[in-house]
Amino acid sequence: MNRAAIDLWVGVFVAIGLGAILFLALKVGNLLTLDSTPSYHIEASFDNIGGLKLRSPVKAAGVVVGRVESIRLDLKTYEAVVTMRIDRSYAFSKDTIASINTSGLLGEVYVGLDAGGDTAILNDGDQIAKTQSAVVIEKLISQFLFGKAAEGGASK
Amino acid sequence: MSSDTIGDLSRALRRLGGTVTGGVARLGYMARFLGAILWYTPMALRRLHLTVREIYFSGVLSLVIILMSGLFVGMVLALQGYEVLRRYGAQEQLGLVVALSLVRELGPVIGGLLFASRAGSAITAEIGLMKATEQLSAMEMMAVDPIARVIAPRFWAGVISMPLLAALFSAFGIFGGYLIGVRMIGIDAGAFWGQMQAGVKVWPDITNGIIKSIVFGAAVSLIAVLEGYDAKPTAEGVSSATTRTVVVSSLAILALDFVLTAFMFRGVGL
Repeated sequence: MNRAAIDLWVGVFVAIGLGAILFLALKVGNLLTLDSTPSYHIEASFDNIGGLKLRSPVKAAGVVVGRVESIRLDLKTYEAVVTMRIDRSYAFSKDTIASINTSGLLGEVYVGLDAGGDTAILNDGDQIAKTQSAVVIEKLISQFLFGKAAEGGASK
Repeated sequence: MSSDTIGDLSRALRRLGGTVTGGVARLGYMARFLGAILWYTPMALRRLHLTVREIYFSGVLSLVIILMSGLFVGMVLALQGYEVLRRYGAQEQLGLVVALSLVRELGPVIGGLLFASRAGSAITAEIGLMKATEQLSAMEMMAVDPIARVIAPRFWAGVISMPLLAALFSAFGIFGGYLIGVRMIGIDAGAFWGQMQAGVKVWPDITNGIIKSIVFGAAVSLIAVLEGYDAKPTAEGVSSATTRTVVVSSLAILALDFVLTAFMFRGVGL
């Protein structure tokens, strides 16, 4: 094999190897897909965000419209402030309700947006007024148990 | 205690001591050898075509085995993963399971083991035979340092090829998982890719996989060239050096994998 043929084959090898790394980073790791599309940010405060994480999806009617970009604690109200990056092609009314949901019992946690009837739309940096916190299963169970106990006490 | 038992005992102790000091000396020799390779690297890089040639032999010629194995490993992962995930009704997570196990572990580790047996053994045999036929001594006579001319290009070819091969292994494995999961079992393609993209992070998952494969490439190449350079210049010596390359580098990959994993995935948002 002469040197030119070896150079060619090595070039092909390095190119497809780098292509595989790129495939892993872009398609599997999802490095750029949403970051490159034009988008805007909206904020929402929740009493409890449950298992919400950075890059969790934001869904409206089950369609992914954006991702969670940052989560911080507001020290004045002790509420979690979630900043979401929403795809520019989706617009939501001012009275949209944000809620934290879980898909299935073990599924991923996501922010659900339910659009309202207002004609004004949310712009970059706006805050969603109405939010619904995550359901904490332990709290539900304890409420249920205390409810049962109270019922039992009343019937005696 | 009879003098016989004392004799046996002291012999056993001496053997143990010999093994330990021998192992430590071997480690020191290895470090000195790596130092020599790094010292001669600029000289080797000036003749880049030598390294390119070695990338052809250890990288390009390993492609078929790496791609085929990646495909099959990914397909098996998808079948096995589906079987377990179905019990929890979490079949949609199959893409995540396949991608994470390939990118974090199986790509670098199985890729490294295949690389050790496909390319490492060939390197050892080649250098060992060069030594047995006194080609290395002939080079020295011509004032060409064999480490610059023969060893360093092979070492760097391994370090460069290994991460590319591991990435290809993972990519083909994920494709194999896609074939089984989406095409055969019928998981929704959007869920397969979506869960994968939501769960796999470029940092730390993919970068750590690449770091692992670079470390494995360096370890396998170093062991391969060292065993070849250090082989007894006989037919038996070359054959036992080749065997040692495969055994030692496989063990080194698995041990290094444990150490690296313990460091990398310690408390990083698992």
